[in-house]
Amino acid sequence: MAEDRARFEYLLRLGDNSLVLGQRLCETLGNAPALEEEMALVNIALDLIGQARLFLSYAGEIEGEGRDEDTLAYRRDVPDFRCALIVELPNGDFAHTIGRLFLVAAFNHELYGALQHAADPRIAAIAEKSLKEVTYHLRHAGEWVIRLGDGTEESHRRMQQALEDLWMYTGELFAPDAVDLAMRTAGVAPDLDLLRDGWNRRIDRVLAEATLRRPADGWMQSGGKDGRMHTEHLGYILAEMQFLPRAYPDARAW
Amino acid sequence: MTAAAGRNTVDPRHRRIWRALAEVEDPEIPYVTIVDLGIVRSVADDEAGDPVVCITPTYTGCPATRLIELQVRAALDRAGFPHARVETRLSPPWTTDWITEEGRRKLREAGIAPPVPGAGRGTLFGADPEIPCPRCGATDTERISEFGSTACKALYRCRTCREPFEYFKCL
Repeated sequence: MAEDRARFEYLLRLGDNSLVLGQRLCETLGNAPALEEEMALVNIALDLIGQARLFLSYAGEIEGEGRDEDTLAYRRDVPDFRCALIVELPNGDFAHTIGRLFLVAAFNHELYGALQHAADPRIAAIAEKSLKEVTYHLRHAGEWVIRLGDGTEESHRRMQQALEDLWMYTGELFAPDAVDLAMRTAGVAPDLDLLRDGWNRRIDRVLAEATLRRPADGWMQSGGKDGRMHTEHLGYILAEMQFLPRAYPDARAW
Repeated sequence: MTAAAGRNTVDPRHRRIWRALAEVEDPEIPYVTIVDLGIVRSVADDEAGDPVVCITPTYTGCPATRLIELQVRAALDRAGFPHARVETRLSPPWTTDWITEEGRRKLREAGIAPPVPGAGRGTLFGADPEIPCPRCGATDTERISEFGSTACKALYRCRTCREPFEYFKCL
């Protein structure tokens, strides 16, 4: 794969993961179990969308066809998105919302920790900046996983169920394909096996404290990050997210 | 050159620019200026001799970033530097350790506890630093929420004077 094409695809993955998860978390606005939690989730969404902007702007520059962050966010349809399936899933109950955030934040924490040393200085700078933010995300979600897991019988049951439901979507994050390999050869992307080791250690530590069982690795879903087959949920997310710029193409921020 | 060293520059033009920038309030925390917060990283000249002001975002998604850039341009215009450029730099990433002593004092006066220097970086599940209450100074405080009214603040409560307060969290 041509290196520029791989870099563009890789940046779309980074940007789309953050963008779509950020959009999902925005759905909790006015809808979270407590006011403090609402502020937390939408503050995290704000960080994620900020990170997405930086990655997508750079993606547009690499592609060199005049698409900026807004064009990439608002004018692509489902098959052109490159987010992992796990960020597309509906929020579900609070255990699912937090469980997904925890699994993805732990992944982002490992990923940005590695990418801050990437041979691409622009990616390294974004990762170095973002790492500080996702550390807070991971801490917040991790504390909730522990509280719910080691809480009441009902909260434990729901948190365990959320992990069981989400687990088959974690494999995709660590399954390397041609884009990952090309970026690894270019000194940008990390070794996903090593990344998974760090992720496993983090997950296991939190789950042990939360008295939760680590789900067994079984069949893993894939098809999001390579755009082969997204979930049926992504179209609805985009319909809501892209409505305004599509209905009012001349609308401009101040 | 550090921002602190930059502010003490002997170049009279750059001194004028630093003074103009020191008038720009943070849009979300107007008690402090962008120089107090360490958002202005440097003032230099480009090859054509026009000044270049380098600023850095506090949080990637901070909605004030764009407004700050516009305010910096306006301040440079007013100070007589219409050709000055404003650049945004991500690396090294902004840290709350760059908030000046003056900035920390102003935050405290506004009822916002300034960040505990060097705390919280990279620690995930470690003990929280002790945050003194900005109103009564007591150290018996507790965190209500890690996230507050803006990306940079957390919510706390003082167990001694019973007042809630905001904490400018470490980054």
